Amino acid sequence: MPDFTDRTWLWFATAFYLAGFVLGTIALLRERRQSLALTYIIVAVGWIIQTFGLYQRGLAVKGCPLGNTFEIFQFTAWSAIALYLVIGATFRLSLLGYFTSLLSAVLTAVSLAIPAWDATRRVGAFGGNPWIEFHAALALFSYGVFALLALTAVMYLLQVFSLKKQHLHGLFAFLPSIRDLDHINLRLLTAGVVILTASIAVGSVYWLQDLDKVNLAKIITTLAVWAAYAVVLCLRLKAVLISKKFAWTCILLFAAALLSLKPINSSRQPLPSSPPSAAVK
Amino acid sequence: MSDHSATLFLIGASHQTAPMDMRERLALTPDKIESFHAALGALHGLREITVLNTCNRVEFYGVAESPAAVARLQETFCAFQGMPPDAFAAICRHAHGRAAIEHLLAVACGIESQMLGETEILGQVKDAYAEAQTRRTTGPVLNRVFQKTFQYAKHVRSHTAINEGQISIANVAVDLALKIFGDLSSTRILLLGSGDIGEKTAKAFQSRGATSLTIASRTLGHAMELATTFNGTALPWEHVTEKLGDYSIVVGSTSAPDVVVTTADVVAAMKKRRAEPLFFIDLALPRDIDAAVAKLDNVFLYNLDDLAKIAEENLAARTAQVVHARQIVGEKSEAIWKQIESQAGGAFPLHRVELPR
Repeated sequence: MPDFTDRTWLWFATAFYLAGFVLGTIALLRERRQSLALTYIIVAVGWIIQTFGLYQRGLAVKGCPLGNTFEIFQFTAWSAIALYLVIGATFRLSLLGYFTSLLSAVLTAVSLAIPAWDATRRVGAFGGNPWIEFHAALALFSYGVFALLALTAVMYLLQVFSLKKQHLHGLFAFLPSIRDLDHINLRLLTAGVVILTASIAVGSVYWLQDLDKVNLAKIITTLAVWAAYAVVLCLRLKAVLISKKFAWTCILLFAAALLSLKPINSSRQPLPSSPPSAAVK
Repeated sequence: MSDHSATLFLIGASHQTAPMDMRERLALTPDKIESFHAALGALHGLREITVLNTCNRVEFYGVAESPAAVARLQETFCAFQGMPPDAFAAICRHAHGRAAIEHLLAVACGIESQMLGETEILGQVKDAYAEAQTRRTTGPVLNRVFQKTFQYAKHVRSHTAINEGQISIANVAVDLALKIFGDLSSTRILLLGSGDIGEKTAKAFQSRGATSLTIASRTLGHAMELATTFNGTALPWEHVTEKLGDYSIVVGSTSAPDVVVTTADVVAAMKKRRAEPLFFIDLALPRDIDAAVAKLDNVFLYNLDDLAKIAEENLAARTAQVVHARQIVGEKSEAIWKQIESQAGGAFPLHRVELPR
């Protein structure tokens, strides 16, 4: 095994995600359907490399790598890709691979390109409690689900635009059907809410045990995100919030959820001044 | 075998060379085929033969020992169909050697089809070859030519956009429905009126997997008659508005002077459909569906002009691919011809002949 740092492995993963996006763009410019198998393999290889990079980081920090903004972005991208690998294979959505590889390439490249995000990290951010690590990992995984939901919502809006405005060529020719996208959106929303609920349930056990350590801003933000998604799910199930309004809500809510990461992250105990494991081998 | 050799030949007529009334006279109907093949079996000097007989073409691909054998085939066919030889000669396409292969490959790719790029022709060529194999009228040359043709026809289709996008109104409508619903097997379709174009569209939907078809006409008898044809059900006209929300796709093809589905009808129907989209295909003139329904959320409306525009765009896109497709056809037919030439070097004798004109 080459003696690379965890960040080098993560750069390699980014390169694979970028390759998936570039190949997809070339296919679209040539008005050819992107090969599902090729997209899947490229993204899967990138995901395996990213998993290895995050594993290296986890070994170095002796815990789940969720200690700074860099790690949170990496974990969110990792979650989104993990879900794509399940959903893409089930629904044969080659264009979803294209969008997911773009999102992951952006999230991972930005996190790698801003050294300040990985300059410091919290040591023992979870107080050595594996349940809290599990809670944080679940919460971020649900963000990965919501990221994918935002992407499929964008695809839904593009398909509606295509059909309403009668622009049926180019990228639009390869979009899944309106009904398929709507079903996927509902399933992703349900999955995301279930995972975030489980995360909050796990976290609440810890909070109830030690109320002094609970940060009110973090709890309010987390519960607000959870409540917003839960309400949207209820409205969608009751067919009150449907079609374009539902898709726009999913996109805007994910943007708000991403913004909420900052108060949640900064509400935890202060960062140590010592450098993190940026050169972990 | 030089390029001037006519051992491998093609003779026949198609929509490109013969008007419809002539093609009707040339068509080998099922009742004639057996006796025609019996006549072919008696022809001296005909080594191999495959008959491609579709609604738009009758073509013979064969290997003959001499030009006289090809002339005898032509005479036999004319006599069989009761057509004067001069009349057939005027509409007959002749080709030999590489040109015959190039034509066969172009036909199999859909380049020579009346409906450019259609895919059905490849199946028809395969059927023709299969029938020739069953009758044991193929040999080493035609076996290689046809098998390579099938392989390269797929190559042309996958490397060009010659068959992409639908070019008939009915199939464009079905493609749009697939973009909305993905799968048509669970969609309910309501056909308003019993117009010819509506009927064609219903057929296109059924051929692509739609199973639930309901017909509503001002005359219930017409609706029931059409429902029997399509194995569907009839809906009394007065129930259309209240039942509208039960259907995913509504095809309008009535001759009514005013709109038959108003925006208010659709708003009410959408409440019933909850999150499910509704697709209107308005093939009627004057229009059956109020144009304002297109502005409603989750409702999609395409009229005759919209569909015709898409069909024209798709045809233009296919036409733009013809040059590229012909280039590949030329390269691949050359490759097949070279294989035939090298195979002919030792496997079987070939003669240099000139085709009759």
